[in-house]
Amino acid sequence: MSKVFAIVWKDILSELRTREIVVSVLVFAILIIVIFNFAFDSGKDAIGLVAPGILWVALTFAGVLSLNRTFAMEREKGCLEGLMLCPVSRDVLYWGKMIASFILMLAIEIIVTPIFLVLYDLPLFVPELILITTLTTLGFVSVGTLFSALTVNIRARDIMLPILFFPIVVPVIIAAVEATQIALDGKPFSDMASWLQIMGAFDAIFLVISAFTFEFVIEE
Amino acid sequence: MNRSALRDNILWGLSFALMMAALCLIFLYAPTEREMGEIQRIFYFHVPLAWIAFLAFFVVFAGSILHLWKRERKWDVLAHASGEIGVIFTTLVLITGPIWARPVWGTWWIWEPRLTASLVLWFTYIAYLLIRSYAGEESKGARFAAVVGIVGFINVPIVYLSIHLGRTLHPPELVSDLAGSMLLTLLVSVAAFTVFYMLLLRWSISIKNLSDRARELKRLLEEEEVI
Amino acid sequence: MIENNSGFMIEAYGLAKLFGSHAALRSVDLKVGKGECVAILGPNGAGKTTLIKVLATLAKTSGGKVRLAGFDIAKNAVQIRRQIGVVSHQTFLYDNLTAYENLKFYGKMYDVPDLEERIFEVIEQVRLTTRIHDLVRVFSRGMQQRLSIARAILHDPPILLLDEPETGLDQRSTAMLSELLKKLIAGNRTVLMTTHNLEWCLELGNRVMVLDRGRITYEETGHNLGLVELRENYNRHTGVAS
Repeated sequence: MSKVFAIVWKDILSELRTREIVVSVLVFAILIIVIFNFAFDSGKDAIGLVAPGILWVALTFAGVLSLNRTFAMEREKGCLEGLMLCPVSRDVLYWGKMIASFILMLAIEIIVTPIFLVLYDLPLFVPELILITTLTTLGFVSVGTLFSALTVNIRARDIMLPILFFPIVVPVIIAAVEATQIALDGKPFSDMASWLQIMGAFDAIFLVISAFTFEFVIEE
Repeated sequence: MNRSALRDNILWGLSFALMMAALCLIFLYAPTEREMGEIQRIFYFHVPLAWIAFLAFFVVFAGSILHLWKRERKWDVLAHASGEIGVIFTTLVLITGPIWARPVWGTWWIWEPRLTASLVLWFTYIAYLLIRSYAGEESKGARFAAVVGIVGFINVPIVYLSIHLGRTLHPPELVSDLAGSMLLTLLVSVAAFTVFYMLLLRWSISIKNLSDRARELKRLLEEEEVI
Repeated sequence: MIENNSGFMIEAYGLAKLFGSHAALRSVDLKVGKGECVAILGPNGAGKTTLIKVLATLAKTSGGKVRLAGFDIAKNAVQIRRQIGVVSHQTFLYDNLTAYENLKFYGKMYDVPDLEERIFEVIEQVRLTTRIHDLVRVFSRGMQQRLSIARAILHDPPILLLDEPETGLDQRSTAMLSELLKKLIAGNRTVLMTTHNLEWCLELGNRVMVLDRGRITYEETGHNLGLVELRENYNRHTGVAS
C-alpha cells in the first residue's frame, strides 16, 4: 500500500539527512570484526572455521543497534502517537517500519560484508551470500521491529531489546553461520538448502505473528 | 470444607503420594544402568523436568493468547504463574544436565540439541519475566509479556530444529532403549512431576489473586480517606 | 453507515479508563454538539491527557461508550481518525524533515486530495510560508506548535482535540495561537480543549468543565462567568484550598 511506502520513504529520507544509524552502526560492525581478529590471533586455517561466526556476531550486534533506533526516533516529539493517529490499521505501521529497517540493515551489510571478506582473505565473489544475507536480515527485522516497538517506552530499554531479541533469533543466526560456511567453502547449493528453508520458514512465520501482535504492543 | 479447599487437598495428597511413589521407584526399584551407573538415576528427574517445563511454557502460550483476546486478568495470572514455574523447572534441567554429563561424558556441558534448546528457552522466558518488571505498569507488563510468551513458544520448534540440524556431527545418545522397569519408573516420575506442577500452579495463582485483592482493597481505602 | 441519530459530534457515556488498578478516568459523561467549543480544566493528574488520548483512539476504553462523529470508537476507530485533528504539547513532527516534507508525509497518510495546494493553504493559515522548506529542527517552539496545528487541520477534520496546546509557549506565541484557534473555531469546527489557561476558557470556549480525579465535577456555560468567579469555582471543585 502507498501508505506503507510513505512511512518507508520518511524513514529513509530522515536517515539520509542525518546518517545517524548507518554511519555509527557501520563503524561499530567493522570494529567488532577487527577486534575478533585480535581475539582469535591464529593461523589462517583456524580463522576460516570461525569466520562466518565472526561476521554474523558483528552483524547481529549491529542489527540490534539499528533496530533500537527505528522506534527510538519516533519517541521524540511523540511521533509514534502521530503515526497512531493516522487512519490506517496498526499493522500498516509495522510493515512500514519493518521494510525501512530492512533496507537500512541491508545497506549496512552490503558495505560490511565485502570489507569482512577482504580482512579475512576469503573469496569475494560469493553470490549465495546475497540470498543468505537477505533471508537473515528479514528474520532480524521481523521480530526486531516488534520488540523495538515493545521496548521503546520501558525502563532499561537498551538492555531489554537484546535480551528479548537474541534468544528468538538464535535459529536464524545458526542457519546463517552454517550456510555462510558452506557458501565460502564453495560447496554445492543443495548443501545449504535445508538451512535456507529454516530461515525462510522463520521469516514467514514471524512476519505474520509480529504483524498480528503489533497492535497489542503499541496501543494502550 | 468447601469445594475449592477440597480440590486443593486432593491435589496436595495426590501430589505427595505420586512423588513418594516416584522416589521409591527411582531409588529402590529401577535397575542400575550398566554403562553409566548410579548417576543415571538423574535421568528420572531430568527428563520429566524438561517435559513439564515445556508443558508450562505451552500454558504460558495459551494463557497469553487468551489474555490478549479476552483482556481478562485471570489469563495473565495463569500465564505469569506458569512462566515462573517453567523458568524454575528449566533451571533445574540446566543444573541436572551437567551433573549427569560430567561423570558420563567427562565434561560439564555438551552442546546437544535438547540441552542447548533448553538454554535458549531459559533466556526467552527470563526475558518474559523481566519485561513485566521493566514495563512500568502492571497492565502494560502483562500485555508485553503476553506478546513475548506467544513469540517465544512458537520459536521453540524452530530453535530445536536448527540446533538439531547443526549438531548432527556429534549427537550423544541421551535416551537409549529403555527396559520395562525403567520405562515404568520414568512414567511414574513424569506423572508425579505433572501433578506437582499443577499443585504449584494452583498455589501460585491463589497467591497472586490474593495479592491483587489486597492491592485493590488498599486502593479503595486510600480513596475513601481522600474523598 | 453513520448512526448519527443523536447529532452530537463527541459523546461519552460512563467512560472509564484503568491503567492496571489505577483509574485515570471514572465514569465521564460528555456531549459536545457541532460547532461547540468545550474547554476542560483540571489539576495535573486529573485525567485530562488520558481523556484526549481515549477520544483520539490512542488508548482503549476500560468501560463506557464513546462516539465521535457518530462512529462508535470500539468498532470504527479508523474512520474516526479521519474526522479528528489532534494538537498536543508534543508536536508529532519529525525534526530532520522540512515543514513541507512533514506535511507531505501526513498528507499521504490521510489521503488528502490536491495535497500540494492544501499544504500551501494550511502553511499560509499558520503564517509559516517563508519557512516551509526549513528543517523543523530550527523552528522555535512557537513555530513548531503552529506547524503542528497545520498538520492537524491538513485533512480538514470536523473535530479538533487539543491537549494543553499552550504548554511551553511565550506570551507572543500564546497570543498568536489564540488568534489561530479563534479562526478555526469560527469555521464551525467542533473543539474539545484541555488547558490550564483560564482566560482562554472564557475567550474561546462556550462551555467550561472541570475534570478532577477522573470525574467531571463542574460544568458551566462560559458566557455566565467572569474570570474571578471561574477561578473560585475551579478551586472549589478541585479540592484546592481557596
